[in-house]
Amino acid sequence: MSGLAVLIPIALLMGLCGLGFFFWAMRNDQFEDLEGAALRVLIEDEKEVGDDQEV
Amino acid sequence: MNASVALDDLKTAETSEDSRFAVPTMRCAGCISKIERGLADLPGVIHARVNFSTKQVAVSHTPELTEDKLKGAIGLLGFEAQILADNPLSEDRGDTKRLLRAVAVAGFGMMNIMLLSVSVWSGAIGVTKDLFHWLSALIAIPVIAYSGRPFFASAAMALRYMRTNMDVPISIGIILATGLSLYETATSGPHAYFDGVVMLIFFLLAGRVLDGMMRDRAREGISALLKQTASGAMIIQSDGTTVWTKAGEIEAGMLMQVAAGDNLAADGIIIEGRSGFDFSMLTGESDPQNRSVDDEVLAGTTNLTAPVKVRVTAAGKDTSISDIARLMDEAGQHRSFHVRVADRAARYYAPAVHCLALLAFVGWMLAGVGWHQALLISVAVLIITCPCALGLAVPAAQVVASGALMRKGVLVKDGSALERLAEADRVILDKTGTVTMGHPVPTNLSLLSDDQKSVALALAQSSNHPISKAIAKSLIAKDILPAKIDSVIETAGEGVSANWNSVGVSLTRPQKGGNGSATQLTMGNIAQRITLTDEIRPDAEAVVESLSELGLPASLLSGDSMEAVTPVALQLGVLAQANAKPEDKVDTIKRLSKQGDKVLMVGDGLNDGPALAAAHVSIAPGSASDVGQQAADAVFTSDSLMPVALAVKVARRTMQTVRQNFGLAIGYNILAVPLALSGMVTPLIAAIAMSTSSLIVVGNALRLYGAAK
Repeated sequence: MSGLAVLIPIALLMGLCGLGFFFWAMRNDQFEDLEGAALRVLIEDEKEVGDDQEV
Repeated sequence: MNASVALDDLKTAETSEDSRFAVPTMRCAGCISKIERGLADLPGVIHARVNFSTKQVAVSHTPELTEDKLKGAIGLLGFEAQILADNPLSEDRGDTKRLLRAVAVAGFGMMNIMLLSVSVWSGAIGVTKDLFHWLSALIAIPVIAYSGRPFFASAAMALRYMRTNMDVPISIGIILATGLSLYETATSGPHAYFDGVVMLIFFLLAGRVLDGMMRDRAREGISALLKQTASGAMIIQSDGTTVWTKAGEIEAGMLMQVAAGDNLAADGIIIEGRSGFDFSMLTGESDPQNRSVDDEVLAGTTNLTAPVKVRVTAAGKDTSISDIARLMDEAGQHRSFHVRVADRAARYYAPAVHCLALLAFVGWMLAGVGWHQALLISVAVLIITCPCALGLAVPAAQVVASGALMRKGVLVKDGSALERLAEADRVILDKTGTVTMGHPVPTNLSLLSDDQKSVALALAQSSNHPISKAIAKSLIAKDILPAKIDSVIETAGEGVSANWNSVGVSLTRPQKGGNGSATQLTMGNIAQRITLTDEIRPDAEAVVESLSELGLPASLLSGDSMEAVTPVALQLGVLAQANAKPEDKVDTIKRLSKQGDKVLMVGDGLNDGPALAAAHVSIAPGSASDVGQQAADAVFTSDSLMPVALAVKVARRTMQTVRQNFGLAIGYNILAVPLALSGMVTPLIAAIAMSTSSLIVVGNALRLYGAAK
């Protein structure tokens, strides 16, 4: 029984965290442009002017 | 992280404006960075963000930077952009998001309550069981209050108008089961149905989310097809400069500068210049008409050949287009009377289920088990019979079917459209732009010599006339390179002339005669006639045939002249009505509807808008006017008409699957209801029965995946 007092709040807390994260993701338009997000990783970061490039 | 922000001036950020542009030619990651970085470098741009899925760019900028300039800037980066008006189809996107949040909450509650329920089922007793029931109640009540709202709201709405829909039995079931479970918990009873209630809400909401996502996806697809240019015009100020003005702000008496290729935003009278105007979207007429000084021109037509100045006589609500919009509103009102199949089923289902639960209660009371036991059994009946199949099976089938259609290039706007499409028993086709491609195609280019071809291409490229465009398009497709010509002169209504190797060459006035149009290519003394026809879409005949095999006889209804309609009607072997104005088209459809026909209208132009709205169900090609695409229930993107027949076939198969799902649901009830009536259903059995039946109907719906093959 005493274990439950710890485990149940932990389970609920973890569930709530997941739910909160999902809500956050929706509010921040994380699902708005799924194709674009997949392509954006391919964009190279802009080099500063005069930055030496490794050959 | 992608260098999309350039804070030039933090003070101006406070008064920024947002503009959106459609950039359909974006293809790769390079395009994203090129546009975002290119725009960010522009002074006055605060932030630019590309949405690749919808092929749009959102720019926030200072008010001094106009939409025109931004469009030009995107053009300089190498992308053709269009200014986006506020998307008329995206209004109710928020609904799906709200439902998605409700599903997430219900899913969270379902998992946690199930965790506790499993331990109760596996034999927790005494204090542990009571504790778990209380914990379940603690989780379930806020979850039900939050996630159940869509059902409660819709049921309350239906009851207020003395009607019933399927949310009424759902809401009653949820409230009764929750109330009873609370009582059970408070009195340390053996059965609490919190898990069942929350699971029910989860499954039903999942069905709604699917329905909403399908609607959003199709609408997004269609709005990507819309030309979406914020309609407006270049207005000439008193000092001679021109300013881009939105259509809503144009007033009678203003002076518009209309470039060749532009659409007119208001009705008016030409005061300078002359040009050909394309009326086909407005009237269905396929031949351009010449207008010069003092002639009237109408909003919604396209200026083809030369720039003109127009004095506005009517703008906004007074223009000729607005009449069509009003006609469309009136014609579309009957649509709301269509009762979706799930609600129709609920009309019989709900009373039957409620009677059964009531009978169970009365029966067990008479049997003398006490009101508590009797109530417990009748709640079990309500939970077991709750219409999962109606709530989940119908949207699941429709979503899978519309996904299959989408892969074939047919965008169906919502589930109700599929239901109505399955019922159609007659099809009416518009001619210009629907049965035909809507633009002329040259038929005898092979007669031209190589020199003639390249000169013709050079001349055609310098003009905006639809015939020139058609000739240029087919010559470019044949890999012809344009010849070098100089001193090009275009005379409105006459043609283009120029010099080539100091020989006078011209592409002149299309002469009428026969079907379609023609133009004359002159090089020195040699003249060559190029004939063009507005080609019938490939396999149009086969489509008409397969539609009539499906039991949908076809007929033509066109605003074009009898001479233009007859050959098409003959080739397709169908009846035709010509010279039909928009109101005539609506009348024809209303007459057929009165006879009991369920008309499928296929059309594209502005003039078809009211007819598309009036028909039982309607489809528009992707090349249709924005009005046509918005009025239609479905849009197909291919050149072929075959998707029309395919859509009808898939819609019918979908309804067949929906009926199968109803059959499965009834079969499940025949098995489960006696158990519930006899008082043998515990929360465990209810949970198993509910999830199994839901999985079975969803599984059956998934068989539609390949339905469009």
